[in-house]
Amino acid sequence: MAQHQVNYASSAGLPIALTTVDKLVNWGRSNSLWPLTYGLACCAIEMMASGASRFDFDRFGTIFRASPRQADVMILAGTLSKKHAEFTRRLYDQMAEPKWVISMGSCANTGGMFNTYATVQGVDRIVPVDIYLPGCAPRPETLQYALMMLQKKIRRESANMNKNTKQNLRLI
Amino acid sequence: MQQTNKLTPFFENLNFERSDNMMVINFGPQHPSAHGQLRLVLELDGEKVTKAYPDIGYLHRGIEKMAENMTYNEFLPTTDRLDYIASTSNNYAYAHAVEKLLELEIPERAQVIRTMLLEVNRIISHLFFLATHALDVGAMSLFLYAFREREFGMDLMEEYCGARLTHSAVRIGGVPLDLPKDWTRELLKWCDTVEHELANTYEMLLNENRIWKMRLEDVGVISAEEAQSWGCSGPMLRGSGVQYDIRKEEPYELYGELEFDIPVSDRCDSYGRYRLYMEEMKESIKILRQLVPLYDRSAPQLMAHAPQYISAPKEEIMTQNYALMQHFVLVTQGMRPPVGEVYAPTESPKGELGFYIKSEGEPYAYRLKCRAPSFFHTGLLQEILVGTYIADVVTIIGSTNIVFGEVDR
Amino acid sequence: MRKYTPKDNVQAKSYYTDRFHVTPRVPRNEVQSGSHFADVVNSFKKLAYESYVELGQLVIHIKSSDNIKVLEILRDKCGYTVCSELSAVDYLARDGEFEVFYQMLNMSQAKRVRVVTRIKKDEAIESAASLFKSANFAEREMYDMFGIVANNHPYLKRILMPDDWVGHPLLKTYPLQGDEAASWYEVDKIFGKENRDAIGPENRDPAKIDRYDTKRFSRVGYEVPFGTDITQGEKENDIEYSKAQLADYTKSQKQLDKRK
Repeated sequence: MAQHQVNYASSAGLPIALTTVDKLVNWGRSNSLWPLTYGLACCAIEMMASGASRFDFDRFGTIFRASPRQADVMILAGTLSKKHAEFTRRLYDQMAEPKWVISMGSCANTGGMFNTYATVQGVDRIVPVDIYLPGCAPRPETLQYALMMLQKKIRRESANMNKNTKQNLRLI
Repeated sequence: MQQTNKLTPFFENLNFERSDNMMVINFGPQHPSAHGQLRLVLELDGEKVTKAYPDIGYLHRGIEKMAENMTYNEFLPTTDRLDYIASTSNNYAYAHAVEKLLELEIPERAQVIRTMLLEVNRIISHLFFLATHALDVGAMSLFLYAFREREFGMDLMEEYCGARLTHSAVRIGGVPLDLPKDWTRELLKWCDTVEHELANTYEMLLNENRIWKMRLEDVGVISAEEAQSWGCSGPMLRGSGVQYDIRKEEPYELYGELEFDIPVSDRCDSYGRYRLYMEEMKESIKILRQLVPLYDRSAPQLMAHAPQYISAPKEEIMTQNYALMQHFVLVTQGMRPPVGEVYAPTESPKGELGFYIKSEGEPYAYRLKCRAPSFFHTGLLQEILVGTYIADVVTIIGSTNIVFGEVDR
Repeated sequence: MRKYTPKDNVQAKSYYTDRFHVTPRVPRNEVQSGSHFADVVNSFKKLAYESYVELGQLVIHIKSSDNIKVLEILRDKCGYTVCSELSAVDYLARDGEFEVFYQMLNMSQAKRVRVVTRIKKDEAIESAASLFKSANFAEREMYDMFGIVANNHPYLKRILMPDDWVGHPLLKTYPLQGDEAASWYEVDKIFGKENRDAIGPENRDPAKIDRYDTKRFSRVGYEVPFGTDITQGEKENDIEYSKAQLADYTKSQKQLDKRK
C-alpha cells in the first residue's frame, strides 16, 4: 500500500473534484468516440486520411473500429446506394446505445450530384443523422471539426438517454 | 429508442444448415479490408475457399446513365468519382475520348501539364495501394508512412487545382490553368522525397520482410493466359509476365517521346505485383523529371483552338463579339461532337481505363460506357480465390487494387 | 400547350437545335490492303457484312448468330486474345434493336477491333463467356442494364442492381431519376410500404430548403427546438459567434515578426 505523506486536509485540500453525473458520463463519451469504419465512396479516402499520419484522429480519442458492436459513431462517408441502404440500417441497429451518426459529404446528405435512380437521396431517409457535413469530398479538417461539433453536442445531452426518449424519438 | 423496421435479425455471417459440412461466409459489404463495398460470399471447406461469389453494385450510382443526360463538359466532374484515388486519370481518360472524337490537337504545354498530373496521380494511387495493402496484410506502420508521402502529393494537386481528392484538373481540349509559380520545383522536391522513402523506408521494411514474403509469395497466382482471358490490365497483367502498357504500345499525350521502362514480373503472385508497383513509382518519378524541362520550353497556350467545340480564351471572349457568341452557345447548349463512335483506352494506375462514346451529334452522348479495369479484376476474384485459405483472401483483394467507384460506376 | 415528350426515349434532349445545323460524321476509312486490319477482315470474309476503320480502330458488323464464330476466329487466328469490353447500345426507339459491341485487343500488334452486331428486342445473344472469361461479368452487366439475355451464360443474374429491382436502368425508356419502384425501393425494403407516408417522397432537388422544416434546418439567428412548428413565425435570438474562431491575422503576423 502506498503511504500518503501529504496531509491533504491541511495543505492543498482534498483530491476531490465535484461534478454532475451527466458531465462525467458525457466527458467520457465525448472523448472516446469510436467510429465505425464505414467507408462507402470517395469520402472514405478522406476519412482514412484523417485517421492517418498528417491529421491524426487519435488525438481526439477517436479510433476506428471495424465492428458495429464496438462503435459509437457511424460516419457515413460517401454515396449510399439503394442496394446498400438495407445494410446501413442493419449496421445502425447493431450498434449499441448511445449512438450518433455523422453524414459525411454531399452524397450522404442529400444525394448530392448523384441525383439518379440508384442513389438514396440523403441518408436521413434511413437513419437519424446528428451532424451533416458538407463538401465533395470534405477535407479531413472538416471531418475533425464535425467530430468536435459532435463532442459539443454530446456534452449538452443528458447522460441518461432513456429519460428523454420521447424527445429523441424521431420519425426515422 | 428506434423505430421498428422490417429487417429481421439473422446470423447472416454463418450458415450451418448444410449437409456437406461446408460453411458459407458472408464478407462485406462493410468490411475494412474489402476496399470499399465488395461483398463476397465464400463457401469454405475448413479454411479453404471452395467457391467465391463477388457481389458488387453496392456503389452503383448510375454514372453511365448520368452521362446520357449531361452535356459533355458537364459530365467531366462526375468522372472524378469513378476511381477516386487518382481522379485526374479518369478526367483525362474521358477528355481523351472526347478529344479523339473531335479530332482535336492539344497544345504542347497542356500536354506536358496533363502528363505531369497523370504521373503525380499514379504515384498517389500507388502509394495508397501500398498503404492499404500493407494495412490489410498487417504492416500498420507502412500505412502511416505511405500516407505521409501521399499527403505531400495531394498538396501538389491541391496547389494546382484546388481540390485534394476530386480534381477535375483536365478539360476537354486542354487544361484550365497553368502551373503555379515554383510548382515544378516543389514537384522535383517531392520526387526526391518519394524516391528516397521508397528506397530507404518502404523497400527496406517490406522487400525482405519474412512475414510480408510469407503472406504474399505464391498467393493469388494468375497465369498469363488467365489474365488475358479475364481481361486484366495494368499491373495485374504485367504481374503475370505480359508486357503490355498502353502508354508504351498505344502512346497518347507525350508518352511516345519520353524515356521510361515498363517493369514486368513473371512471378504471377501478389509479391511480384507489389514489386511491380514499387518499380512503377520509380518510373513515374523518372517521367516527371523529364517533364520539367519540357514544361519550361513549351509555349504558354493551354486550350486547343477549335471554336466550334471549345470556348476561346477569356481575353478573346471579353474583347471579341464572335468569341462571346460561340462561348454563349457552348455554355448554354453544350458542344455537338460529330456523329460517330470512339473507344479510347488509357493506362490509369489500375489498368486499362477506356471510354466508349457513341455520339449521335447531340450535345448529350447517346451512350457512354466506361471500361473500368477494376470491374474485370473483381470478376477475376471468383476464380483466383478458389483453393486459397481464408487468410489469403484479404491479401488477394488488396493485391488486385480494386476501387469500387469504378467497379460499380 | 405542353411540349410533347416521347415515352420511348426519355433521354435529355437539346433545348434548341439550329434548323440548318448539319452534324458532321467521323470519317470511316476503308481498310487498306496489306495492313494488319486487311488480314483480319480477310480471315472471315463472308461473316462480316461491313467493315471500316474509324478513328484508328477496325469496326466489323456481323450477324448476331455469328458472334461466337467471329470471336473465335479473332482469338485463335488473328491474335485478339483480350475482350476488353462488351456492352450494348439501346436503339429500340429508332430501330427496335439493340446494338451489341465487343471491344477486342491484340496485344502483340497493339491493335483494337470492335465487333458490332444488332439484335431484336426479345432476342437473346450467345454468351461469349466460354471464349473470354471477362465476358462473364460484362454480360451480366449487359443483362442487368438492358435486359439482354446471354444464352449459355454460367451465372446470368443481376450484378449491379439488387435482385428484386424493377426495370433495366440503361434503357432509354427508363428515366434518370428512376421510376415509382426505384424511388421507394429502400423505404419499402427497410420500413415497409405502410411507412411511405411517414418518411415522405424523395426530394430530388438537393438545393431545396423548406422554410418551415425545423427537423432538418434552422435559420441562423432564429433557432428553435427540434421539430417546432414555426408556421406562425419564430422569435429572433442573438447570434453567438465563438470568439476563438475569429482570428486576428494582423495581430498574429505582428507576433510572428516579434518572434523573428
